Amino acid sequence: MTSQINLRLQHSYSGFALDLDLQLPGKGVTALYGHSGSGKTTCLRCIAGLERASQAYVQINNEVWQDSQRGHFVPVHQRALGYIFQEASLFPHLSVRANLEFGLKRIARQQRRVDLAHATELLGISHLLERAPHNLSGGERQRVGIARALLTSPGLLLMDEPLAALDSQRKGEILPYLERLHAELDIPVLYVSHSQDEVARLADHIVLLSEGKVLASGTIGETLARLDLPLARGDDAGVVIEGKVCDYNLNYQLLTLQLPGSTQRLRVAHASMAIGQRLRVKVQARDISLSLTPAEHSSILNSLRVTVVSETAADNQAHVLIRLDADGTALLARITRYSRDQLGLCVGQTLWAQIKAVAVLA
Amino acid sequence: MNVPARPLIPNVLAALMGCFAFATAQADEVQVAVAANFTAPIQAIASDFEKDTGHKLIAAYGATGQFYTQIKNGAPFEVFLAADDATPEKLEKEGDIVPGSRFTYAIGTLALWSATDGYIDGTDKVLVGNQYKHLSIANPKAAPYGLAATQVLAKLGLTDKVKDKIVEGQNITQAYQFVSTGNAELGFVALSQIYKDGKVSEGSAWIVPETMHDPIRQDAVILKKGEHNPAAKALAEYLKGPKATAIIQSYGYHL
Amino acid sequence: MPLTSADFAAIWLTLQLASLTTVILLIVGTPIALWLAHTRSRLRGPIGAIVALPLVLPPTVIGFYLLLAMGPHGYVGQFTQYLGLGTLTFSFAGLVIGSVIYSMPFVVQPLQNAFTAIGPRPLEVAATLRANPWDTFFTVVLPLARPGFITAAILGFAHTVGEFGVVLMIGGNIPEKTRVVSVQIYDHVEALEYAQAHWLAGAMVVFSFLVLLALYSSRKAQTSWS
Repeated sequence: MTSQINLRLQHSYSGFALDLDLQLPGKGVTALYGHSGSGKTTCLRCIAGLERASQAYVQINNEVWQDSQRGHFVPVHQRALGYIFQEASLFPHLSVRANLEFGLKRIARQQRRVDLAHATELLGISHLLERAPHNLSGGERQRVGIARALLTSPGLLLMDEPLAALDSQRKGEILPYLERLHAELDIPVLYVSHSQDEVARLADHIVLLSEGKVLASGTIGETLARLDLPLARGDDAGVVIEGKVCDYNLNYQLLTLQLPGSTQRLRVAHASMAIGQRLRVKVQARDISLSLTPAEHSSILNSLRVTVVSETAADNQAHVLIRLDADGTALLARITRYSRDQLGLCVGQTLWAQIKAVAVLA
Repeated sequence: MNVPARPLIPNVLAALMGCFAFATAQADEVQVAVAANFTAPIQAIASDFEKDTGHKLIAAYGATGQFYTQIKNGAPFEVFLAADDATPEKLEKEGDIVPGSRFTYAIGTLALWSATDGYIDGTDKVLVGNQYKHLSIANPKAAPYGLAATQVLAKLGLTDKVKDKIVEGQNITQAYQFVSTGNAELGFVALSQIYKDGKVSEGSAWIVPETMHDPIRQDAVILKKGEHNPAAKALAEYLKGPKATAIIQSYGYHL
Repeated sequence: MPLTSADFAAIWLTLQLASLTTVILLIVGTPIALWLAHTRSRLRGPIGAIVALPLVLPPTVIGFYLLLAMGPHGYVGQFTQYLGLGTLTFSFAGLVIGSVIYSMPFVVQPLQNAFTAIGPRPLEVAATLRANPWDTFFTVVLPLARPGFITAAILGFAHTVGEFGVVLMIGGNIPEKTRVVSVQIYDHVEALEYAQAHWLAGAMVVFSFLVLLALYSSRKAQTSWS
């Protein structure tokens, strides 16, 4: 039985209505993505039980936390979840250590899968243990808040825009810790954000919310490439690819990534990394040009063999959006209508995608 | 323009003031401090006083001791109707009154009263019987009726026996309140508080014989503040007159 | 020393009354303050107003209605008589009840303000960290509301020490049972015993000043911490 999160929520509040029916993977990071006011925070709070949705069915793996039809509602403090708020909300009357131990103390010894040393090392806060919360920077506080939630060994981590209250420098400091969490722990995460960058770096699965309704729910690779969603229309529309390092050229400082499920590779200028490590990159639609022949005599590093899947008009009348497939990896390209006609583009056609720039997400 | 404006304005003013003086000469107000036990009688006397003399009586009710303190500290009372003779005597000795204006306006009668009909049989039997939980008296340090009550209890040899049952009201009015609300089964009040038109108006009572306590002489004085107020003098005279004394006696006081 | 044993008895009685009243109010007032701070019910306004009534009602009004209610014909009096306790007027217990009513807003309001100032977030955080409501109250709410508790205790105590009107109406001035300091001072003035009145009243002024000084100094410490 695959682990899964089943959600059915209906909830009206302050001129707004939340109405969703979702099945989410029971592992990895699922992003709840949308503009402010799309209902993502309310959705998260309803899952946690901090707000009680009027009609709800919330099932996390094998536990039913709420079933409004049977009048069943598990109180928040009995749910095996960890919640990270936008503002760290550390207890001001306790030291950092006491804050961290607050949840840890309250779970039975045999349920503790994360210990203090592990959590403080993961978040890099070991040197802050004896400080008082008001003596920490915003970034440090948020890392303590994350560690504190982890120390309850939760079965599900809920993060409500944890980086939104931080400036970009702090954000940049914490993102690596979150990526590490993602890599080292197998606790599923629901991550609310309105930042494309965070979602691109962290999410395995993405739920697109708008005005309380689900527009899309799918893997990040698949969903970002969908032509029917507003995501594909943005100026920086593109796909996220998670490749495996298979080679590193010291001389030219070029990393070679193998595409999932394919022999095809991407090369990118980057610092050295160990073979076998995973790396996420973003390829923007405007950075892909299409050709009937593979690249030759050109400075373009990457040229992938792709098949045309579908096509749609772009916002700009002169352009079109093309969805491509590279052995299972989806790509988005934005080219002029003129070029499309010149190439005689049609569905199922085999082409070469010349990728001018690959952005490493790190 | 040669109009003599200057003599005109003072003349008009003088005429106006003359009218005022004439009007006030006709009807003055007198501020009176009245002992709590005399509340009902003075209200009856006040309306007759106003009808007969045109003067208005403005009364404040309270404890004699409290009034003494206020008078010593400049309270605007012009006539003082005390509940005892000691306090007016003290004021006289201290030169706070119009000399020679002190006189006894009433002699108080003590009554043992219960709000329950038939509880007291007109004698001291229930009092001596000591079957009650609370006996209400006015504070003996501050109210002469309270002092008289302790004297009665001493005379009956009850002082130690009822010591734990005594509850003190700050003044005779409060002593009455404790009994009227039923919180004390019985208590020593001023006869004037329960007596009207020659009989006890409700509940049951024992009218305490004068011989059982020092006489409660209630003296009145005209205070220095009222020295030049004709209404004050008029009130003092009125209190000695036949209409007032009749009212006072109807409330159970002697004279 | 111009203070008599009767005066000391009055002081001791007053301290007992104020302490007992404060303890009762802290216990009874805390759930009321919590409810007022967190509820969204429509009853919040009316209940808050009732709690605040003793702030505006003259104490003699409260005392008068207590006199009636506790007497043999009143609801409370009939109930206590039914329980075989007689009536509460003229008793220390009656004074405690009167003081609890009279000083309630002085305890409930600082507590309510403290709880409101904490806000809902710390409570939500505690719940996500596996603390049930009781646990959250003792480990999060109480420590964070401590300044409010101190203020409430000090104000409740000091206000009861100064109580006069209510005691006057229902006390009966019984030595060592209901004769509190404020009434004792009043008696001294009535009986023209001014020296004793000065001493007792002076002691009360000094006491009240020290209490308020303690309160305001501790407030300063609180604001620098937050």
